Amino acid sequence: MQMPDPNPAVLSKKARLVARFLSVLPADAVIHDETETRAYECDALTAYRCPPLCAVLPSSTAEVSAILRICHEEGVPVVPRGSGTSLAGGALPTADSVILGVARMNDVLETDYRNRFIRVQTGRTNLSVTGAVEEEDFFYAPDPSSQLACAIAGNIAMNSGGAHCLKYGVTTNNLLGVTLVLMDGTVVEIGGAHLDAGGLDLLGVICGSEGQLGVVTEATLRILRKPEGARPVLIGYDSSEVAGQCVSDIIKAGVLPVAIEFMDRPCIRATEAFAHAGYPDCEALLIVEVEGAADEITEQLDLITAIARRHNPVELRESGSAEESARIWLGRKSAFGAMGQINDYICLDGTIPVSALPHVLKRIAEMSAEYGLGVGNVFHAGDGNMHPLILFDANKPGDLEKCEAFGAEILKLCVEVGGCLTGEHGVGIEKRDLMGTQFTAADMEAQLRVKDVFDPQWLLNPAKVFPLALTAGRRAA
Amino acid sequence: MMHPETEADLAEAIAGAGGPLRIVGGGTRGIGRPVAGEVLSLAGLAGITLYEPGALTLVARAGTPLAEVEAALAAEGQRLPFEPMDHRALLGTAGAPTIGGVVAVNASGPRRIQAGACRDSLIGVRFVDGRGDVIKNGGRVMKNVTGYDLVKLMAGSFGTIGVLSEVAFKVLPRPEMAATLRMEGLDDEAAVRVLCAALGSPFEVSGAAHVPGGPGVMIRVEGFAASVSYRVAQLRALLLPYGDVVVETEPEAVNAGWKRVRDVEAFAGRPGDVCRISVKPTDGPRAAAAIGAREVMYDWGGGLIWALVPEGRDIRPALAGIGGHATLIRAGAETRAARPVFPPEPAPLAAISAGLRAQFDPRGILNPGLMG
Ligand SMILES: Cc1cc2nc3c(=O)[nH]c(=O)nc-3n(C[C@H](O)[C@H](O)[C@H](O)COP(=O)(O)OP(=O)(O)OC[C@H]3O[C@@H](n4cnc5c(N)ncnc54)[C@H](O)[C@@H]3O)c2cc1C
Ligand SMILES: Cc1cc2nc3c(=O)[nH]c(=O)nc-3n(C[C@H](O)[C@H](O)[C@H](O)COP(=O)(O)OP(=O)(O)OC[C@H]3O[C@@H](n4cnc5c(N)ncnc54)[C@H](O)[C@@H]3O)c2cc1C
Repeated sequence: MQMPDPNPAVLSKKARLVARFLSVLPADAVIHDETETRAYECDALTAYRCPPLCAVLPSSTAEVSAILRICHEEGVPVVPRGSGTSLAGGALPTADSVILGVARMNDVLETDYRNRFIRVQTGRTNLSVTGAVEEEDFFYAPDPSSQLACAIAGNIAMNSGGAHCLKYGVTTNNLLGVTLVLMDGTVVEIGGAHLDAGGLDLLGVICGSEGQLGVVTEATLRILRKPEGARPVLIGYDSSEVAGQCVSDIIKAGVLPVAIEFMDRPCIRATEAFAHAGYPDCEALLIVEVEGAADEITEQLDLITAIARRHNPVELRESGSAEESARIWLGRKSAFGAMGQINDYICLDGTIPVSALPHVLKRIAEMSAEYGLGVGNVFHAGDGNMHPLILFDANKPGDLEKCEAFGAEILKLCVEVGGCLTGEHGVGIEKRDLMGTQFTAADMEAQLRVKDVFDPQWLLNPAKVFPLALTAGRRAA
Repeated sequence: MMHPETEADLAEAIAGAGGPLRIVGGGTRGIGRPVAGEVLSLAGLAGITLYEPGALTLVARAGTPLAEVEAALAAEGQRLPFEPMDHRALLGTAGAPTIGGVVAVNASGPRRIQAGACRDSLIGVRFVDGRGDVIKNGGRVMKNVTGYDLVKLMAGSFGTIGVLSEVAFKVLPRPEMAATLRMEGLDDEAAVRVLCAALGSPFEVSGAAHVPGGPGVMIRVEGFAASVSYRVAQLRALLLPYGDVVVETEPEAVNAGWKRVRDVEAFAGRPGDVCRISVKPTDGPRAAAAIGAREVMYDWGGGLIWALVPEGRDIRPALAGIGGHATLIRAGAETRAARPVFPPEPAPLAAISAGLRAQFDPRGILNPGLMG
């Protein structure tokens, strides 16, 4: 993956920059020693690494503002960072950049159950937001699988989703307001505890902007009362086509499950070997979960299992207890870990129209044979968000490149059938050079113009999201 | 008047425009500052281009009448989740509202508290910007984080960033049944307490309004019949300590009741200006008292106040210490020309908004001045 050459003028003023940072931050919040900056050399896309010039760990919005003002004056690129779990290389530094990490900003600022929101500093992890309201039986809905580690900052920047977003939506649908620091240090409040901000929907633009428009330091999030209960059913089929039809029929019947997850045979086998969840050895497995009171759950599951039976499942297992529910989810939740046991993998997350599912799975299997690389598919079937995991051997020269080429083919296929390159992980560096397959020059130019308004000098996370050739002129100016 | 029938025609019309354009869908939502300019009508750019009930997706050209979209969805037992308001009665306008107009004003009704606003269901747009460039963003799939989210930027931009040619939605199943719980005679403070209690319950309330002097507190639940009756019973038990609860399940009555809230029918045809105030729900009663309205009505659990105020009155100063903001929805042209119709933004945000408009519409020809 190509990254821009570091700017020698920036590299040469490291000492001065560090001194300026130390004038606004405590010494332990400025990391400039070359062994210590290594801790920030990559995110969860570990194939790509580059230590930053230095890293700063502010504790408040005011400190973030002071740092950005300095970087703006000095013309230094800044890469915002939450917990570094991005799978797209969104938080990958360049050698001439400053990592601005919000990990120390993890306070709860306000909880308001009557108005149903929580205001937090964005370094707080996703799961600990729910943790802060759990005792009142509330929760924060978006639930990326990485929720134990990932920060609200990264969730907002990537507009992250999770297994339950079929019902509750993704981050942007649960975000009410942010405190945003612009590259020149200006602090702005967008949205808040009320539902409508006046004027253009800037909050919607900030969410999913991958750290390129401003640094989000605080966030107002919608919290919801926990449902009375939830219960999944596991359904196995001999063909992914039939499984896809079953999903479509469930949706058409007017049931809205909280989650519909899908796993294919390679993925089922890998997770069975790893987690022993007792999954059937079949072509396609669905986990459908519904919520509500006991009787409501039964009513919905009866409807779902009746539909599922019409398609002759090889297995149909309705959970009858919390224990059985946990077992049904066990395999799905350990899918990534299980695949990681077999091999190195890259995880894609293109989205397709649900109707294109059988065709896309068939093509992926064909390509897998052509490239000689294994693939497991596990994904959010209700909304068509695929997660093909392509296996490769990092120690085998050329394997990563082959794997990436295969991945690119899959993503192009997703776009071809009417879908998109990324449903929840973001573009980062990983899909940057594929943007042209989904967007025309005018589509991308429109987006670049938005960045021109928020960050005219192109200093915030500049080498991400768009093909480098397209942004070269703007980054150099 | 310009009347393009294809997206290419639309692009050509905008690229070749010699001066300001007044963008008209169905001509029913005359919100914003009056715009002088040649009329650009989207009525010719109509038709549903894709509808897959099994994938909960619908795509339509911007000039498609809303009624056509709703009928197509109803035929498959589905609907737009966000319950768009019909402005005709309140504004005294005629014409057929278009789906593009719904998006351009981000029209969202009572169900917003549960299903989100129009912008939350909108998954893709195609539009022509002020330079005449055709731009697409988002797509036809529910989950999409590829590039910046200009879909949200377009929703509620009142045609000032670009002219929509096509819009795509995530739709939802129409529930088997709906019921309304009503409580009369509560003062505004007590009513909002009740709404908060209902919305803070696990019973999936899809409407929470308070119409003083009318039906009073209204709480809606929707879903499968057995589930609705269960939740109604639970909510009733929860709310009884606050006063008597009447349950309404007759479909016509339930629908009519929520349509009255959605369309603010109470203020239709009555003298006075109409403002829409967005606040933190528990601040609602204080805000309503502060502005000295002739009459108010609360939706969104108290967070949306519809106020009928004496003609020409500026209510913003009274809201200053409370937070939230007011949009002028109905007023004479003089008032709308003299005063910002939309809540004034703090300087740095106003600069960003102006910057975005300058990028997308460098000649300033799309509904100029409408948003201030
Ligand atoms: C095992 C695993 C499972 C995962 N499962 C899911 C899943 O189910 N759903 C999903 O959506 N994602 C998933 N992810 C991806 C990842 O966890 C999300 O993208 C997450 O939101 C990243 O958060 P982070 O705090 O780690 O951000 P980082 O990786 O630190 O940064 C991500 C992006 O956010 C920007 N950023 C960080 N902080 C700020 C800030 N304060 N202001 C502005 N921009 C900022 C960065 O510049 C970068 O572009 C998974 C990752 C892993 C490793
Ligand atoms: C007696 C009288 C009283 C009036 N009172 C009022 C009043 O109280 N308040 C008021 O505001 N006006 C009032 N007007 C003005 C009049 O109602 C409006 O000028 C007219 O209705 C404009 O509606 P529209 O066609 O733009 O609405 P719609 O077509 O419904 O459009 C709604 C909004 O979306 C934009 N739009 C529509 N389609 C698209 C698209 N495809 N892409 C992008 N943007 C789009 C429009 O520009 C408009 O801003 C009054 C006029 C008269 C004669």
